Order: sequence, then structure tokens, then C-alpha cells
Amino acid sequence: MRSSLKWQKRVATTLGYIALAALGFFFLFPTIAMMVLSLQADEVQIAKDMGSIFMFIPRSISLQNYQDVFSRVDFGRAFFNSIFVVTSIILVGLVVNSLIAYSLARMQWKGRNLVLSFVVALMIIPFEAIAVPLLKVTNSFGWLNSYHVQIIPFVADAFSIFLFYQFFIGLPKDLEEAALVDGAGRFRMYWQIIVPLSRPVFATVAILQFIFKWGMLLWPLMVTRGPEFMPLPLAMNTLYGQAPFWWGDRFAFATLMTLPTLGVFLAFQKWFVQSVATSGVKG
Amino acid sequence: MATQSSTKSGGWRKDEGAIAWLFTSPALILLLLFVVLPFVMAFIYAFTDQRLVPGPNPTKFVALRNFTRLLADKRFLRALLNNFTFVGVVVPIQTTLALLLAVLINQKLKFVNIFRTIYFSPVAITMVVVSVVWAFLYESSPNGTINRFMNIITFGLLGPQDWLGNPKLAFPAIMLLSIWQGVGFQMVIFLAGLQEIPFSLYEAAQIDGANRIQQFFNVTLPQLRNTTIFVVLSTTILAFQLYSQVEVLTRGGPQNTTQTMIFYTKVMGFEQGKIGYASAITVIFFVIVLGISLIQRTVLSEERSVD
Repeated sequence: MRSSLKWQKRVATTLGYIALAALGFFFLFPTIAMMVLSLQADEVQIAKDMGSIFMFIPRSISLQNYQDVFSRVDFGRAFFNSIFVVTSIILVGLVVNSLIAYSLARMQWKGRNLVLSFVVALMIIPFEAIAVPLLKVTNSFGWLNSYHVQIIPFVADAFSIFLFYQFFIGLPKDLEEAALVDGAGRFRMYWQIIVPLSRPVFATVAILQFIFKWGMLLWPLMVTRGPEFMPLPLAMNTLYGQAPFWWGDRFAFATLMTLPTLGVFLAFQKWFVQSVATSGVKG
Repeated sequence: MATQSSTKSGGWRKDEGAIAWLFTSPALILLLLFVVLPFVMAFIYAFTDQRLVPGPNPTKFVALRNFTRLLADKRFLRALLNNFTFVGVVVPIQTTLALLLAVLINQKLKFVNIFRTIYFSPVAITMVVVSVVWAFLYESSPNGTINRFMNIITFGLLGPQDWLGNPKLAFPAIMLLSIWQGVGFQMVIFLAGLQEIPFSLYEAAQIDGANRIQQFFNVTLPQLRNTTIFVVLSTTILAFQLYSQVEVLTRGGPQNTTQTMIFYTKVMGFEQGKIGYASAITVIFFVIVLGISLIQRTVLSEERSVD
């Protein structure tokens, strides 16, 4: 009796692993194929191999496609553009959004409740709903084809403010009260007490902004002209969006574009998962 | 209690107007300029013939003309239908799959964290890259990965298909890769929900003699009610924002079968410069999203008041 139960359990565990592994293959094979085929310089061979096991086992290891990516297109430029735009949005955003959230969470001032409900209401408006009129607005500022047109409109973010606000109201007030007795001003309290205590929410906001902003395509497509200010997703679409499809080159570009984000993701995995889970408490 | 303790210490009570506005105004000004202003402008442009680049004729008020034209615009109606189809197909499949993955990952098995990482990894890859890789998998030659696979599992019955070029297959193909990319995100939200269910509920169910499947339907699912509502509605809103995959893979074709509202807004507003017309689509898009958000808030607050 007991041994049959044990046996049953073993079968269940094995089935569980089979299911996990099968699903794992489903979520992994496109990425693996991308990386493996980026090392295959011979396009004819790629066309022959695309439905076979050689999608996953490199026949040859050549960096030809990577050389092409750097010599034929300005990968470095697009990479810098992406990093610069996204980093600016995140860093300036962390300051601006946490400051307003702190004043909403802790200070007494006229209009506070109004501003708070205003921010909550703005969370409903998705970027896509304002993209076209925003294009017209930034157009009339004469902002096209620049870094700032890709950065400034995205710095303030209602959802980030809301996440900061929720975190700040949950913090105990004792430390700030002690600081007040010491004669500290609001800015010092924010900088020396709140910011160090709030690292988790700063990380969450940064990671969520990174996930949402790194892949932006619609906005750069409308506001940049030519490679000077083009970020990676747009560069990928513009350079490799049309036939003929040289898969090796495309995959080399795609791999170069993916490795840094995948690296960041693997290094900060726990944070990524926690951040996404926090986004679920929004309702 | 919290507010009382703050009034006691004296210094807090006074209006901190000046410093508060210093903290508030940067974000507030940016929100007003880049969210509220364009949002309000959308509602104004929608009733005019505003152009992106001003033409020789001044912009006119055209009342509801943009909206009546939209109702007769086959491409727009197709986009609307596609967005709703996407919701109808992708949301149930993606939600169910996300829940299934979360339950699998939540087991006390070795190496389960590795699988969590793998399932979540497409989220860390941008949609443009995902689209390019899937364009490869969908290659129309008999050698194409998915063609080969389908050929094998149907024992040779199904010949090679032009997945992205066939009007019947292009949109389902886009749906599949969207699920592949997005499901990890929802899985993690479900996982957080699962981990909040008190273990005592399962113990009580076990004492009552409930098996694993009964426990899932009588404990897990009801406890996940709020998480599920959140996932369903946020996935629905994301489904209406469908854009990047279409831009990279099909640009709305073949024969408009992959047209979507946001893609069409870009075509009309940016490519053809018809800001007024595009804004009218934007307004309709927003009304739909607002409706979904209101449903979400009502359903969730009903739940809270029951508690």
C-alpha cells in the first residue's frame, strides 16, 4: 500500500517534470535558434536547416554576420541611442515621480487630494491613445528628430507615481518626526530617510519602466528621421524589415540587441519577478 | 491614528504649500503638457480636419464628419473587428495558460525556479526581436520550422503554408507569437496571487477529503478571483494596444486582415497626416479602454465591499 503510494508520487513528479520541460522548450527554442543561427554565415545553409535540429546545434561558428552588423549598419549608434534614451527616462523619472509622490504621501497642502485623484485618473490613459495628438504637440514645439522628443514626454508617469505613493504611505513616520526635531527640512528627509528606505520601490519602478520603454517602436518611428537618433527596435525594423531577408544578419543584430537585456534580466531576475508581481496590485 | 500622531508634533500641521509645490510641480507640469494636453487635443482634433503639416486651407470644425466616415471606413471596421477578435481569442487562452504555468511553477519541485526564468524570459526580449524570430519560424518554404512541424504532426497531410501571407492565417499567427511573448508576465502575477493563499485553506480541504483537482476548483480559483479579474482586464487593454507585431510582420496586410486600431491610427495620423481623422479613432479607442477600466474598478470594489 505504502509503496504504491510512493510509486504514484514518483509518477506524478515525473509527469510534472515532463510538462515543465516541454513548456520550457516551447518558450526557449525561438531564442536559441536566433542565437545559434546568428553564427551561421551561409544563408543557403540556413534555408536548408531551418526546420531541422541544426537550428539548435551550430554547424559552424563564424562571426561574419556580426562583422556585417557593425560594418553595414551603425549598430553602435542605435545601441547608444537606446541606452541613452531609456536611462534618461528612468533616472530623471525616478527623481521627478518620487518627489511628487512624497509630497502627496506626507505633506499638508491645498489641492493635495485633487492632484492625487488627478494622478490616479491619468493611469487609465494608455500612451497609444495620445500618440498622434502628442506628435502634433511636439511637432509644434519643433522637437522632431532629437533625443529630448524621445525622453521628456515619458519622464513623468502616473503609474510610477502611484507605486511610489503606495510605498511611501506604508512607511513609518517616526524617523521623519525625529529628523524634524533635529531641524531637518523636507528635502533632507526625502534624501536621507525616504530614499534609502525605499530602495525596493525605486528598483520596481526602474525595472517596469525598462520593460515598457526599451521596446518602444511606435513613438521613435513617428519622431525620428534617419539613423542619428534611431533606437534599436526601430533600427532593427528599418534595416531588416524588408526583403531580402538575410536571416544570419538579422539574427546577429537581434542577438546583440537581446544579450544586454537578457543579461540584466538574469542578474536581477528576482527583482524583475517581484516588480511584475507588484504591478498586479494596481486595481 | 497616523494623522493624529503627526498633528501632535506640531511642525507637520502647518500648510507646507511652498515646499510641497516645489516637489510636485516638475511631474505635474510634465503630465499636463505631455498627457493632458494631447489628450484634450485629441478630443478637439477629432471634430476638425486638422492636418499634421498645415495646408493652404485653415483647419475647420467638421462636427461629426470624422466619426460618420469612420463608420463607413472598411479598414477601420476591420481593425475594430480584429481588436475584438484578438481579445476574444488571446485573452482566454493567455489567461488560462498563465494560470496553468503559475500552478506548475508553484509546485515544490527542484529546479522549478529555472523553469520560471525560462517561461518569463520572452518578456525580457523586445517585441520587435520576437517578431523577427517568429517571422523566421513562419517561413513559407517547405523547410520552414513551423511548416516542417505541422507536416510531421499531421503525418504529411498539411502542406507548406504561407503563414504571414495568407489572409486566413496571418492574424492567428500574430496571436500565437503574442501569447508566447506575453504569457510570462501574467504568470508571474498569478504566481504572486497563488503564494498569498493561506495554506490552512488547503489543509481544511484535505481534511474534508478533497483531491488535488477539487482543491484547485474550490480553493485556488475562488481565492484568485481578484488576480484573475486584474489579469483578464489588463490583458484586454493590452490587446487593444496591439501594434509592434503588426508593424514588423504584416503592416496590416494581407488584405487588411491584420489591421488594428493603433496601426491604423499611425497610418492615418502619421503617414497621411490626417490628425483629425486619426484623433477620432483615438477617441473611440480611449472610450473602449475607459469602459474596460471602469468595469475593472466596479467589479473589484464590489468584491471589497463584500469583504
